[in-house]
Amino acid sequence: MIPVQFDYLAPTSVEEALAALGEHGDDAKIMAGGQSLLPVLRMRLNAPEVVIDLGGISSLRGIRDDGDAIVIGAMTTHHDVRDDALVKEHALLVSKAAAEVADSQIRHRGTFGGALAHADPAGDLGAPALALGAQFVIAGPGGTRTVEAADFFVDLFETAIGDDEILTEVRIPKHTGWGAHYEKFVRVAHQWPIVAVAATVKGSIDEARIGLTNMGSTPLRASAAEQALAGASATEDGVRAAADLAADGTNPPSDLNGAADYRQHLARVLTGRAVLKAAGN
Amino acid sequence: MTATQDRPAAEIGKDRRRKEDQRLITGRTRWTDNITLPGMLHLAMVRSPFAHATITSVDTEAAKAAKNVVAVLSGKDFGEELGVCINAWPITPDQKTPSHSPMPADRVAFAGEIVAVVVARSAAAARDAAELVDVEYDELPAVIGIKKALQDEVLAHPDLGTNKSALWVFDSQEAGTGGEVEAAIEEARNGGIVIEREYRQQRLIPAFMEPRSVVVDPTGEQLTMWSATQIPHILRFALAATTGVPESKIRVIAPDVGGGFGGKLQATPEEWVAWAVARRLMKPVKYTETRSESLMAAHHGRDQVQTLTLAADKDGKVTALKVHLDADLGAYVAIVGGGVPVLGAFMFNAIYKFPAYRFECQTVLTNTTFTDAYRGAGRPEATYAIERLMDELAAEVGVDPLEIRERNWITHEEFPFTTVAGLEYDTGNYEAATAKAKASFGYDELRAEQKERRDRGDRVQLGIGVSTFTEMCGLAPSRVLGSLDYGAGGWENASVRMTPLGKVEVVTGASAHGQGHETAFSQIVADRLGVPFEDVEVLHGDTQVAPKGLDTYGSRSLVVGGEALVKAVDKVIDKAKVLAAHLLEANADDLDYADGRFTVRGTDQGKAIQELATATFAGHDYPEGMELSLDADATYDPVNFNYPHGTHLCAMEVDTETGAVTMRKYTCCDDIGTIINPLIVAGQVHGGLVQGIAQALWEEAVHDESGTLVSGSFVDYLLPTAADTISFDVVHTDEPSICTTNTLGTKGVGEAGTIASTPAVVNAVVDAVRHLGVSDIQMPCTPERVWRAIHAHDGDAPTPADAMPHFEEGALNQDPTAGGADQ
Repeated sequence: MIPVQFDYLAPTSVEEALAALGEHGDDAKIMAGGQSLLPVLRMRLNAPEVVIDLGGISSLRGIRDDGDAIVIGAMTTHHDVRDDALVKEHALLVSKAAAEVADSQIRHRGTFGGALAHADPAGDLGAPALALGAQFVIAGPGGTRTVEAADFFVDLFETAIGDDEILTEVRIPKHTGWGAHYEKFVRVAHQWPIVAVAATVKGSIDEARIGLTNMGSTPLRASAAEQALAGASATEDGVRAAADLAADGTNPPSDLNGAADYRQHLARVLTGRAVLKAAGN
Repeated sequence: MTATQDRPAAEIGKDRRRKEDQRLITGRTRWTDNITLPGMLHLAMVRSPFAHATITSVDTEAAKAAKNVVAVLSGKDFGEELGVCINAWPITPDQKTPSHSPMPADRVAFAGEIVAVVVARSAAAARDAAELVDVEYDELPAVIGIKKALQDEVLAHPDLGTNKSALWVFDSQEAGTGGEVEAAIEEARNGGIVIEREYRQQRLIPAFMEPRSVVVDPTGEQLTMWSATQIPHILRFALAATTGVPESKIRVIAPDVGGGFGGKLQATPEEWVAWAVARRLMKPVKYTETRSESLMAAHHGRDQVQTLTLAADKDGKVTALKVHLDADLGAYVAIVGGGVPVLGAFMFNAIYKFPAYRFECQTVLTNTTFTDAYRGAGRPEATYAIERLMDELAAEVGVDPLEIRERNWITHEEFPFTTVAGLEYDTGNYEAATAKAKASFGYDELRAEQKERRDRGDRVQLGIGVSTFTEMCGLAPSRVLGSLDYGAGGWENASVRMTPLGKVEVVTGASAHGQGHETAFSQIVADRLGVPFEDVEVLHGDTQVAPKGLDTYGSRSLVVGGEALVKAVDKVIDKAKVLAAHLLEANADDLDYADGRFTVRGTDQGKAIQELATATFAGHDYPEGMELSLDADATYDPVNFNYPHGTHLCAMEVDTETGAVTMRKYTCCDDIGTIINPLIVAGQVHGGLVQGIAQALWEEAVHDESGTLVSGSFVDYLLPTAADTISFDVVHTDEPSICTTNTLGTKGVGEAGTIASTPAVVNAVVDAVRHLGVSDIQMPCTPERVWRAIHAHDGDAPTPADAMPHFEEGALNQDPTAGGADQ
């Protein structure tokens, strides 16, 4: 299908991109890989007058070590995130979730920052980012600011990024040596998750961090389950009671793939499985 | 001809790679959308968002004023020149058939119906301007769903006075093919077994790879239509019959077509609108649908409620089967329409010797996309019902599902066998297919594992599903179609032309849309005529090249079209023999024909068919009275359907905690008579299996209460990919049951996998959890439905009623590809 006609800008620096955004305001839409934006444009669900493609800004790509955190450039592809040695060593959960994004073609085009800024509650990267306490570096006309993950996801497709701002990088505190697993429940392989659970654990089990995908209008943290898991043994019996708390405080959707109560049931079952796999069992 | 038949087959049975694949796979070919004509204009359709509404006004001014727009036309701009979309199979004389305008001027009857068309110099300009057409509607109450339609409280077409279109009945007692059903059921209620079930055949969407596309060129002496269609010949007939253009002035071309599965067996509103616009403007026009339009407005398939009563004695010998179908036609009776469920009428008795049978089909109209043929067309629905029932009977009797089938099936010594539905099955060997499938599947080992998992109370339970299917295909004997009031015949036509330099042009009326006709037909001709495979060119799909034909559907091309081809080749050889005898100065009776060469018996004298072709071209030396041509045509009208069969065995694992189902193993042993090309057969079986498995597990077209298609994109209409399927175990019987009603002994295979696999999968899923109190799970067996069935313990899984679209049309900043994102 054919999108409504738009102008295409390809800035080569963040400053240039911000200037373009400042100039066109609400008429502009940022493209960061385009794997979600292009279907929206083609189905004419949105019709921006200007598309600002960040693909030409090389400073937004790549992953670096920054002391107690690793920093992932917003325009780094899912494929590169998945395979990166720093990510595997210090934020294994992110690598595991990136490996489950859509299919290979999309992982080579779609970007880490693009997916997070899109803030689809069924997206695979919000839950691990939230679980690991990621910090979002956002550039605007007045300079950059950093937003904690808990404040970044505001609502369905809505984040703390302002209309005149661009997400440039995501800092992920190192969780070196933590086990991790992303348990994604789908009916067909290329589908968005009906429910997914991102779990990372230290030892077996000293501490656990759990993020939930598609269990509400934003990624959610299974805090009650996390607390109950501290000190639990990494066995089916050991995690069951904690996993049963995983759906507390969630408000999942009902659709063709499952009613809300079924999704809550899945969240409990999948949390148990994800934690055990993260703990190496 | 004896010599030819004795020649060892070189090509038939050979794993030829398909000669058409390079161009089809690379796309460097003439797909309809690739065709561009000088001065061609582009169309965009304006479609109704309402399922049922009166059109009060169509304001086209803004659209007409838009840049590069040539015209904007609505239904009221046309009269009879627009024609109508036809129903070719009124299943009863009193069938209620609403008039089906391609672009109604007054009232729309389903969401997605065309109300106006924009004509512009580019596809983008047409699409932009379509959004500027302002249509005002008065919404009318819409009737959605079979059960609501049967109540006749809300009418899909108020002027008809009812939603009930036709009731078609077959009764074995009335037909003289069996006993009385009610008496047998009554008897079974006293001391026997009566199984009563209601099964739902959900609505499916054919989802072919190439969206529908049509180009119409009104310039020149003939009007030409290119269309991504399965039925160029039927289209030409229907265009002539409904738009007043003489057949001789119409040329229809189906160039390379990217799949159909029945979904391109239709005379579509889009084709008729394009035809009318091109004639009105006298300019070539093109229309190519978007995928969203395809899902919404191309015809859907299946959609039945099946009410079933199976009576048996206490040992599980079936005494009667009663079937009542309620079938959703959608908003109109489409080209085959109610004929689709009627095609299933003859298959509910399947491979079994049922003494009594009654079938009723009530078709109903609703305010949804019209339904029609989808791979299998009637037979998958029938096969599903009976194969699910036979598993239920086995459970009731307490024996293995294969055992219950053996107690009821036709044994191989009993062929030819006239069934309770009145068909004569020529050949088959259900015992052999079942034995081979069982061995290849490892049936006993899997049963042992199933028991072990049950005993252990494993979280993941194993189920084994059986489907011993047969079907009637090779559509169809023309007289039989006539007796069923179908509007056409079932014959096929072929021509064989010898070119001056000795190549062979084969013309077939069965136009392929991905099946591999060019390869398989070349193999047949290469063998029978004794020429190299590479020298055979197969031409099809253009009514000026192949003027006669009835196209491709119903697993008919090989068994009907192939037989026409055999007969044409034999005529060529007969003609060539006269010339060979003349040139060799021999008596024709002394000639043998083998490997493409006539030889004089007992000498080394001979003439190749290529030499004879050249000699015919030259015409310098030929016998008196001989027509100077070797070319020949043949038309073949089949004398019977043919009846492929097979035993399909499926093992499914069910995660009892989540309801997730995973295929563990799938074995099928199909008996399809002679196999021309095993590679093509394997492709047909693999694709067919996946399509049937997809009905069991994934696909479902869902409308909400207002008639909006909720599953309107591939985010919600789940199609499997290779990542979701396993490697199938495809075997065939060692001694196939050769079809006795065609020369090559072939049976159709285009629909077999789809017909067989759906019940095998659902039987396996139910079998995995039957010990937990489950006796049915509605298709598609989603994890949620499986989970609820396990936990409901009443065997009747509730279907979530609060189905919601994942995004709303027109809402901004939403991701249409996000699953379950915004409720």
